[in-house]
Amino acid sequence: MEMDGPVGANALDAEKIVGKPLDRIDGRLKVTGGAHYAYEMQQNALYGFVVEASIARGRMASIETMKAERSPGVKLVLTYRNAPKQGTGNHREAHPVLTGPVVSRYGEPVAFVVAETFEQARAAAYLVDVKYDRERGQYALPHHLALARVPHQPDGAPADSEVGNFSDAYASAPVQIDVSYSTPLQSHAMMEPHATLAMWDGDKLILHTANQMLNQGQRVVASTLNIPIGNVRLVSPFIGGGFGGKLWVNADAILAAIASRYLKRPVKVALTRQQIFHVTTHRSDTIQRIRVGTDRDGRIAAIGHDVFSGNLPSEQVYEAAALQTRSLYAGPNRLTRHRLVPLDIPVASSMRAPGEAVGLLALECAMDELAEKLKLDPIELRIRNEPAEDPERHIPYSSRHLVACMQEGARRFGWDKRNSTPGQVRNGRWLVGMGMSAGTRGNPLRFSRATVRLDPDGIATVRMAMTDIGTGTYTILAQIAAEMLGLPIERVRVDLGDTIFPEAAGSGGSFGAASSGSALFEACHALREKLAGLAGMDPNTARFGDGHIATGERSVSLTELVGSGVEADGEIKPGRNNQDFSQQSYGAHFAEVGVDQDTGEVRLRRMLGVFAAGRVLNAKTARSQAIGGMVFGVGAALHEDLVLDPRFGYFVNHDLAEYHVPVHADIPASLEAVFLPELDERSNPLKSKGIGELGICGAGAAIANAVYNACGARIRNYPITLDKVLASLPDQA
Amino acid sequence: MKAFSYGRAKSVADAAIAASKPGVKIIAGGTNLLDLMKLQVETPSTLVDINRLPLDTIEETSEGGLRIGALVRNSDLAADPRVRRHYGVLSRALLAGASAQLRNKATTAGNLLQRTRCYYFYDVTKPCNKRVPGSGCSALAGFNRIHAVLGGSEACIATHPSDMAVAMRALDAKVEAIDHEGNTRTIPIADFHTLPSRTPEIETTLNSGEIVTAVTLPPPPPGAQVYRKVRDRASYAFALVSVAAIVDSVHGRIRSARLAFGGLAPKPWRVTTAEQKLTNATAGTTTFDAAADAVLESARGYGSNDFKIPLTRRTLHGVLGEITRT
Ligand SMILES: Cc1cc2nc3c(=O)[nH]c(=O)nc-3n(C[C@H](O)[C@H](O)[C@H](O)COP(=O)(O)OP(=O)(O)OC[C@H]3O[C@@H](n4cnc5c(N)ncnc54)[C@H](O)[C@@H]3O)c2cc1C
Ligand code: SF4
Repeated sequence: MEMDGPVGANALDAEKIVGKPLDRIDGRLKVTGGAHYAYEMQQNALYGFVVEASIARGRMASIETMKAERSPGVKLVLTYRNAPKQGTGNHREAHPVLTGPVVSRYGEPVAFVVAETFEQARAAAYLVDVKYDRERGQYALPHHLALARVPHQPDGAPADSEVGNFSDAYASAPVQIDVSYSTPLQSHAMMEPHATLAMWDGDKLILHTANQMLNQGQRVVASTLNIPIGNVRLVSPFIGGGFGGKLWVNADAILAAIASRYLKRPVKVALTRQQIFHVTTHRSDTIQRIRVGTDRDGRIAAIGHDVFSGNLPSEQVYEAAALQTRSLYAGPNRLTRHRLVPLDIPVASSMRAPGEAVGLLALECAMDELAEKLKLDPIELRIRNEPAEDPERHIPYSSRHLVACMQEGARRFGWDKRNSTPGQVRNGRWLVGMGMSAGTRGNPLRFSRATVRLDPDGIATVRMAMTDIGTGTYTILAQIAAEMLGLPIERVRVDLGDTIFPEAAGSGGSFGAASSGSALFEACHALREKLAGLAGMDPNTARFGDGHIATGERSVSLTELVGSGVEADGEIKPGRNNQDFSQQSYGAHFAEVGVDQDTGEVRLRRMLGVFAAGRVLNAKTARSQAIGGMVFGVGAALHEDLVLDPRFGYFVNHDLAEYHVPVHADIPASLEAVFLPELDERSNPLKSKGIGELGICGAGAAIANAVYNACGARIRNYPITLDKVLASLPDQA
Repeated sequence: MKAFSYGRAKSVADAAIAASKPGVKIIAGGTNLLDLMKLQVETPSTLVDINRLPLDTIEETSEGGLRIGALVRNSDLAADPRVRRHYGVLSRALLAGASAQLRNKATTAGNLLQRTRCYYFYDVTKPCNKRVPGSGCSALAGFNRIHAVLGGSEACIATHPSDMAVAMRALDAKVEAIDHEGNTRTIPIADFHTLPSRTPEIETTLNSGEIVTAVTLPPPPPGAQVYRKVRDRASYAFALVSVAAIVDSVHGRIRSARLAFGGLAPKPWRVTTAEQKLTNATAGTTTFDAAADAVLESARGYGSNDFKIPLTRRTLHGVLGEITRT
């Protein structure tokens, strides 16, 4: 099916199973250790350990591996000298490793040591002696803005957009703001490290690997190792979080594959926590300038958003932080521009709502600043700029309930009790403030296929190369199949995470549930037709329920119909609706923070997110996902900060003791997520929209705005750590 | 991690004899040592495990204080009713440290002897005088947000990360040690940790092979006790600044005061002159400022840690205000 036109009434509308707050069907496996992650697979494997480059740019003058090779248990030390020639490309095309003596980024693997045990491999890795000739490089984004260029990301949105005449309209606007915000480098910090177990069966490669998009991964592995795609199988039924860090193939997979072929034995490797920071990807820092010109009533005449981010010279991926600015608010004159600065630091790529997560940290605080300047309530300012259609593409929204989210949130949160003058509310030692933000995230749909099979034992089995990275995909797919086929959910089995199954989009960019769920919907639809045919009923009027198909008075048990089993396939493709409708999910965040009057420590007191994102497929997993996203927002606003040392071109705080993410004590019990009822007829057959990343979008800005309201500190360089707040605190009595 | 051999000490004397040999390290909770070994910051050839030695009790001393065995776990120490009642500052300092899991493992001696969290110290590919004497200090002109503003040297500006030790410094604790010949001695906590000067690799006055057997606390001092830890997140973060304060005051009139600071210096920090400014003074901005001036007299920032100077002033102000109001 291609998404052209409205969906119309369908079999999910009954919502007997879909939408219910069901427990995860894989929950028991996970809490009892029955869910096996890549590194836990036991295959009599050898263990690999990565040796990272300890310079950011230059070349190896020498690499001495003899000591490591002679170390106990060591089977192989791979370096560029004995590594095979591999395919090349950017990180989304290929991931060649150990390609030569040149070092182009800190942490690039320079050797891979394989031994009988992990401890032996690690000990030997420290014996590999590399001498470097260091070269000067460009590391810090703010230092090299002059080198910025226009990026060309073939599958991404254009870097620039312009509507009307921004500069004239801005210059003549009676009310203007022109503010710059910066966001820091960030690391995904997922729980499970990147890990792979590689093994070969003749010339066929099997990788048990932590990867979010298996079919993409399969392509990257094949083109890196120069082998046919059909000879590569990726298996990844369980993934301990990815957050974008496992979207693409990382060095662990390629190194293990090469070593395993060489040694004719399975090889497994997990990156250490410290290695993840440099060996894999991160989110670029950004420098953003926002200009908004309005009339005296706050109606936007001109809106501009300029973004700088950095990446390796060979990469095109930029942090698309101005994307949401193209469609969030009305205004006839608009300008957005992304510029990419070539830097010699590790690869920057997608992380937790790439674009919006950091773009809204700037845009939504700028809106707060604008509201203050206009003496308008921040919600009222946004309502005045609610567009009737997409202001750049001049097409309708598929559905948009931002105003309802803000109003419902305001009501539930007690927004009317906010004192709009900063620094007025105290609670003991704490200066207390409230802030809000709008949130939005694009709603993508990607090609996916699924198979569903009904067997005579009454079990329906779903198969697709989809992944569940902890979000609840297994469960929502089971719900969709159960609802469509009229089976109790216990009768549905879901097999994911293997490229021998039909191709699926994988988990990322908030497209996972919609894409995989729609393919499955189509497969179930096809299966219903087959079953109706077998029962001699009209598929359009046949009812499915309690394991039976029925029409009028006649009811037949499905198990009697299926013989030795009936199978059907389904497929979804994005269609014209993508061009004809502007598709986003929406939300509004409300936060209350306390700022310690002595120390400037900021602590979240309560938070609420209200979202409108189409049909909710499982109220429980949706809420969990939204809450998790809001916690990311807390981290983005207050904690996360990967610090670059420009002398070495590396990230100084590359461990979780010093790279801070929020811990339990940072998250108050009163942090809630609410979904408003919404069905989107243009998004996909499920009428859902992506919620994977929506919870993040705007969450941090609400906190930043609350900090300002609490103490008057408008911190424009994230994260808002106490050192930045100190100067704004009141004198001590 | 370098391969090492492992043995379990049969007695305290046995442990001390073993520890006097080169390349030998004592392992207690292991929460610091093992992390450092995995990164090859520490590369002992032998580990002597003391966990089964009978050093895990808290006893009352004849002077009316407490003697805390070297192996008493941080959780147990914090929860001990005598500690909670009479040494609240210590209990709170402990509970402000690390995480529940770590505190269950971490020992009294291990906590005192834990090493700095300086980022460059943790990365063997970076110059660090503490790890490799003479290699240079990467933090001086680098990222030094968590580094010292007091007591550092041109060779090293690392801080001592312990919370527990700060409270012990305010309590005038004493460290008991024994050497391989069975000689015991008692080291006032003020003299236990050393300043880096030109030898940042030396961190305590323990002689090689000397092991810690206990920490004694004198009878509880008069006054209210407060531990305030300022940090980047609500839990599981080291102190940017911490203050252990024991102040005896009535109606804003201060009779005596003790102040110890964490996060500021290579060792738990105390400034006698600051305490003198408070003694027999009236609580209030002028007095607190005078104390803060005394604490920060020789303070200097190195860039990213400059904020610690105003932060210390404000934190001290807040703590003194709170403690003299009660
Ligand atoms: C992520 C993280 C966060 C942390 N946060 C905090 C915090 O906020 N505040 C805080 O104060 N601490 C914190 N810690 C540190 C923690 O308190 C220490 O790791 C712990 O106290 C060390 O005790 P241990 O018994 O495990 O020591 P070990 O690791 O066993 O030993 C540490 C050192 O002491 C030596 N040693 C141990 N016992 C003796 C003895 N009896 N005689 C002589 N030498 C001995 C060892 O040889 C070793 O050199 C944190 C640690 C981690 C990993
Ligand atoms: S501050 Fe001390 S521990 Fe840190 S790099 Fe400098 S010498 Fe090493």
